[in-house]
Amino acid sequence: MSVSASSTTDGDRHPMTGNQLDGNAEGGMERHTYDVVVIGAGGAGLRAAIAAHESGAKTAIVCKSLLGKAHTVMAEGGIAASMGNVYPDDNWEVHFRDTMRGGKMLNNWRMAQLHAQEAPERVMELEDWGALFDRTEDGLISQRDFGGHKYARLAHVGDRTGLEMIRTLQQRAVALGIDVFMECTITDVFKDGGRIAGAFGYWRESGRFVVFDAPSVILATGGIGKSFKVTSNSWEYTGDGHALAMRAGASLINMEFVQFHPTGMVWPPSVKGLLVTESVRGDGGILKNSDGERFMFDYIPEFFRAETADTVEEADAWYEDKKNNRRPPELLPRDEVARAINSEIKAGRGTPHGGVYLDIASRRTPEFIRKRLPSMYHQFKELADVDITSEPMEIGPTCHYVMGGVEVDADTQESAVVGLYAVGECSGGMHGSNRLGGNSLGDLLVFGKRAGEAATAYAASLGAARPQVDEADVKAAQASALAPFEVEGGENPYTIQSDLQQSMNDLVGIIRTRSELEESLREIEAFKTRASTMVVEGHRQYNPGWHLALDLRNMLIVSECIAKAALAREESRGGHTRDDFPGPNAEWGTKNLVVNLNAAGTGVDLHEKPLPVMPDELKKYFETPAAAPVVEPAETSEGDK
Amino acid sequence: MAYTLKLKIWRGDKSGGEIKDYPVEVSEGEVVLDAIHRVQGTQAGDLAVRWNCKAGKCGSCSAEINGKPRLMCMCRLSDFAEDETITVTPMRSFPVIRDLVTDVSFNYEKAKELPSFSPPPRDGDNKRRMAQIDVERGQEFRKCIECFLCQNTCHVVRDHEENKPAFAGPRFFLRYAELDMHPLDTNDRRNLAQEQAGLGMCNITKCCTEVCPEGIKITDNAIIPMKERVADVKFDPLVWLGAKIGLRTKDNDGRTEV
Repeated sequence: MSVSASSTTDGDRHPMTGNQLDGNAEGGMERHTYDVVVIGAGGAGLRAAIAAHESGAKTAIVCKSLLGKAHTVMAEGGIAASMGNVYPDDNWEVHFRDTMRGGKMLNNWRMAQLHAQEAPERVMELEDWGALFDRTEDGLISQRDFGGHKYARLAHVGDRTGLEMIRTLQQRAVALGIDVFMECTITDVFKDGGRIAGAFGYWRESGRFVVFDAPSVILATGGIGKSFKVTSNSWEYTGDGHALAMRAGASLINMEFVQFHPTGMVWPPSVKGLLVTESVRGDGGILKNSDGERFMFDYIPEFFRAETADTVEEADAWYEDKKNNRRPPELLPRDEVARAINSEIKAGRGTPHGGVYLDIASRRTPEFIRKRLPSMYHQFKELADVDITSEPMEIGPTCHYVMGGVEVDADTQESAVVGLYAVGECSGGMHGSNRLGGNSLGDLLVFGKRAGEAATAYAASLGAARPQVDEADVKAAQASALAPFEVEGGENPYTIQSDLQQSMNDLVGIIRTRSELEESLREIEAFKTRASTMVVEGHRQYNPGWHLALDLRNMLIVSECIAKAALAREESRGGHTRDDFPGPNAEWGTKNLVVNLNAAGTGVDLHEKPLPVMPDELKKYFETPAAAPVVEPAETSEGDK
Repeated sequence: MAYTLKLKIWRGDKSGGEIKDYPVEVSEGEVVLDAIHRVQGTQAGDLAVRWNCKAGKCGSCSAEINGKPRLMCMCRLSDFAEDETITVTPMRSFPVIRDLVTDVSFNYEKAKELPSFSPPPRDGDNKRRMAQIDVERGQEFRKCIECFLCQNTCHVVRDHEENKPAFAGPRFFLRYAELDMHPLDTNDRRNLAQEQAGLGMCNITKCCTEVCPEGIKITDNAIIPMKERVADVKFDPLVWLGAKIGLRTKDNDGRTEV
């Protein structure tokens, strides 16, 4: 068998990883030729690879973990798509409007539009490929409520939608016979002139190097959460795609916007940061402080006042009658809820373990909770000894998602580098300054498909005249990957990573201020110096210390991007809150911050760039000027349903 | 609160290895994977271990803890006495790559042998309709996180390398059952389940069900019903006669054998 059969004349490929050579064997560099190489096998990478394969490209998926283990598996709530199965009034225009408003109008309007228009068909495709979504009474795909979405819109499977999605895409990719290189980490992309020529990586199993010759490379590497101490993200989230793109000459946008999910576990320490799905609130859960007060009513911002319930009676009635009541404040967008929780804890109204209470036990029957939230029930029971059907959960904000990422063309997902694409969390623009729950899974599908098709079309357009990998670049990539073994007497990468995570958490976290951001940049410089002499013990075969040493370089550059952009943006908007600049600023609402690798390759350059201008036919969905998030009086009279 | 855990870990590769002592500081609320990570960070930077989500959702950190197949991230230290020794070894049914990391390619090979879902066209309004009660059977099986602990513990292949070519294992019996119970699928895989996947080799000792971290009733809800369905098509004289004279059971309406 050969998961990654084909490309070369190999009788002897490793059946699981695709590795061709024994780790200890002498010999040349393993080499493969493809039309499209997809880096990452989460939802975005798998969907991109399927699209590339189906449009005729010889396609490879290269992923750091085993197939089916990527972070998408952790997604809980659902896929936002205006299918109208529960509320026939729903359509792409409403979804588009919700997305832009959730992102505080800083989204790339075209991406938000494409996403809203195409998400329903992408969900139907999953069903065609075997996904088993929860159903409505009349047998259609059921849709659930989530923060910031006007209508119940999330196609879901209990609270394990991500698992369903990744398994469906994985099974589809396997059925199509797409080559998969598992536990293979890409450390460099190659260019020929200004265009992509290939990629370089190592097998985790053997430590041996591998070169991919390919004119199209799609980055689908996910996020950056592992730069923070308290995070819901897995070890893979080290900003690899962000860093690869920068080193290749592409730019990143919106890096100051990091989403802290309001509800992460706070106890026990071993699971601090682990996600508690927003579905708990969508299905009736409420937030309380240690005084037992339902505090979210005190934190309704002007921007959302017209559409948010201001009494307990109205909020509770909404779950049953959405036409005549406004949404509970617990379902405000994530940035608002996370800030509110943070304020309550700071004001001394937190729980014993430093969180607030999320209570569904007193509001829904045990049967309902177990049926709708089976993973949460299991997670709290197994890991915290808490029965969520009879007692409240203790939760607090956790680093969950980065809105920022590679700056791409909205229609093709191509970056500034010809042949280099980015999709999913490692791309930027779609979510503006704050992502709505459920819009991530839709993002992966919609833009994964678009990138796969665009990358294939570009590769096909080249004919035989493909960019060539320069052998000198291969040698350089090899030397760079082996550098941590050459050092003696330096520090261990685990210590540097742990210090970086603490520093980012303390200084570039949910509430930011100038002095701390400046301090953070100084600390990152110091980490960079320490990392330049870090030392790795052991040999190249399955050596996590070495793997971390290589990932840490990416984490450092991405951390610098975040801190630098956070320092520059002197306002508070979405996933970026400045203590010294509370509230949004109209002028800042008209521009993105763009970061690039500096000429020396040692740090980050930053500049401002005006937002793409929304065409008039879309502006009509926003009653006030796009850049100024203020009250929308038109809706007050209408009494938003 | 904090104490020194007597931790033992198998270190080695395919050429051999041994169980080594790694006494390590641990504290309240931690799991075995936390202890392993602390060893990695402070004593053995090159200790090989697979893990991703650390929340029991990805199924990467499978190992044997005091001989029991478990996820290291879901195994709480508070389940053991403080003076108890915890020994962590790699899954035994798969070849070792290094330390706690095994070569689980057996499972990825078997996955490729299974014909995928094949639905009929969508309804006229471009949607599909299925009743919740009908999808729930399959949904239970799709909770599978592919930790492969069931594959590891199944005595048909544990210490019986020779059975592997003819036996797909409990994880894939789940998949056969899921598709067979799918309200819309048009493939009939019952013969494949028997002939290619070796369903008949399972003698329902329920070891797989016992180790499933998702609590899927693999034996009762998937394997036994699947065996009954196979028995219907292969051995039931009435069904056989019905098929001969052109009568078909409703169960397999619209399905084509693959």
